[in-house]
Amino acid sequence: MASKDAYITGIGQSQVGQKLTRHPLLLTMDAIREALDDSGLSLADIDGISTYPGKMSGYLGFSPLGAEDLIDALHLKVRWYNGGMETSAQLGAVATAAAAVKAGLARHVICFRTVYEAAAMARPQDYPMSRGARVEAGSQWTAPFNATSAVTWVAQYAMRHVKKYGMTREQLAQISLTDRKNALLNPRALVREPLTLEQYMEARLIAEPMCLFDCDRFSDASTVLIVSAGDALGEVKATPIRIAASAYRSERHSWDQTEFMASYPTGAELWKHTDYKPKDVDTVQLYDGFAFLALTWLEGLGFCGVGEGGKFIEGGHRIALDGELPLNTFGGQIGAGRLHGFGFAHESVVQLRGQGGARQIKGAPKVAVAASGGGPLASVLLLARD
Amino acid sequence: MSSPRSLPRLDPDNRFFWTSGEDGKLRFLQCQDCTTFLHPPRPICFNCLSENVAPSVVPGTGVVDTFTINHQKWSPAMEVPFVIARVAIDGAPGVFLTTNIIDCPVNEVEIGDKVEVSFLHQDDVWLPLFRKVG
Repeated sequence: MASKDAYITGIGQSQVGQKLTRHPLLLTMDAIREALDDSGLSLADIDGISTYPGKMSGYLGFSPLGAEDLIDALHLKVRWYNGGMETSAQLGAVATAAAAVKAGLARHVICFRTVYEAAAMARPQDYPMSRGARVEAGSQWTAPFNATSAVTWVAQYAMRHVKKYGMTREQLAQISLTDRKNALLNPRALVREPLTLEQYMEARLIAEPMCLFDCDRFSDASTVLIVSAGDALGEVKATPIRIAASAYRSERHSWDQTEFMASYPTGAELWKHTDYKPKDVDTVQLYDGFAFLALTWLEGLGFCGVGEGGKFIEGGHRIALDGELPLNTFGGQIGAGRLHGFGFAHESVVQLRGQGGARQIKGAPKVAVAASGGGPLASVLLLARD
Repeated sequence: MSSPRSLPRLDPDNRFFWTSGEDGKLRFLQCQDCTTFLHPPRPICFNCLSENVAPSVVPGTGVVDTFTINHQKWSPAMEVPFVIARVAIDGAPGVFLTTNIIDCPVNEVEIGDKVEVSFLHQDDVWLPLFRKVG
């Protein structure tokens, strides 16, 4: 099966925890080893690296390891690599790797995202966050008003849904409730306690309408996807999952200068690159660093109309594991931990291969959507099992 | 609200904006050729690519586009709850400011409320906060 497409041919993940002491390079190696074993490839077959957002020396917990660290540590002989924050959200690193293998720049690319935020918070002396006396760049437009956390930016979009479209907290709750329910079936999930609607409704508000349970939790983990060229599939043993389409769109980068988040134009862009339609999708794995972001992806991707997301998820049946459009079957970031974008693609592959175990959705799913990002950042992959 | 605030580092692009309140007036960068307002400020007009851009005074009023009531203490000394809002700036089409709505109970802010600027002077910076009018 020689194809000009790009495929995900191996997946791996380290343990997911908080305040881990294992070195972030070694966590990354754990995920790489698992992905290589999965694919049947060896490190010598790897000729490309792609990561998001690259090493961030001033904020090591957010990204303790870059592509260049990995290349140097392992003496990798790569023909192509990429790592940077200035791309459209986390899965942009995977979409870019797909473009690279399609262009013949590499055959097998390790894509990784390693997070160490919980460990860094626990050990700031080892993983300091450098902060100047003054804020600058984009932060200057929000931080002076104590809108320091992204939750306060997302909450304002969510409030518009409440006021303009009548979204209720009971409706929004279904994202977190679904996540937490699915996480119970995922042995690697960070949060493995049940959550009820009553607990959700009584939870401490963070930034209205969003409460504590609408937020993901810092975690320490590494997630790896191997992206391979279509003409290199003979070298891998795992069931390849085709990257049928990808999209990212950026219009303004300012969080507060656009009417809609980038998930809307990016969702619309995706369908321009494929013959698949939303009705063909068997499962959606949508970024939920804050629960409302997943709802914007449902709308942006056209599973429901703009403003209809609250009604669409009402009661939770539609997005449940046995519903017509299962959402975040591994628990999302709210349940499985803040893997930061890559978890959604990882789980899409698990489901399309039928390897979900207790959380496997029925009916041999063929098509999945994995989406990452919020605010002005958005990237999405359409994944298919042929 | 006397919570401590992070202040912006002033640079050649943003200094006019963050010091504009010294005379009580709100200013945004405007293209002097095609009249488009530019925010955040940058030395070129996105609409006509003119480099003839300069700060212009706007009325200092606006409309609450959306908002949130923040309950989380992001630092130990922060006083909560307070309102973070995105205000559409009158006289500068397409420009929004993230800001705080002050001097009213947090549950009395609504989308569509008319507001006016009220500068908070700290160090060398005048932060444009807003309060409800009428």
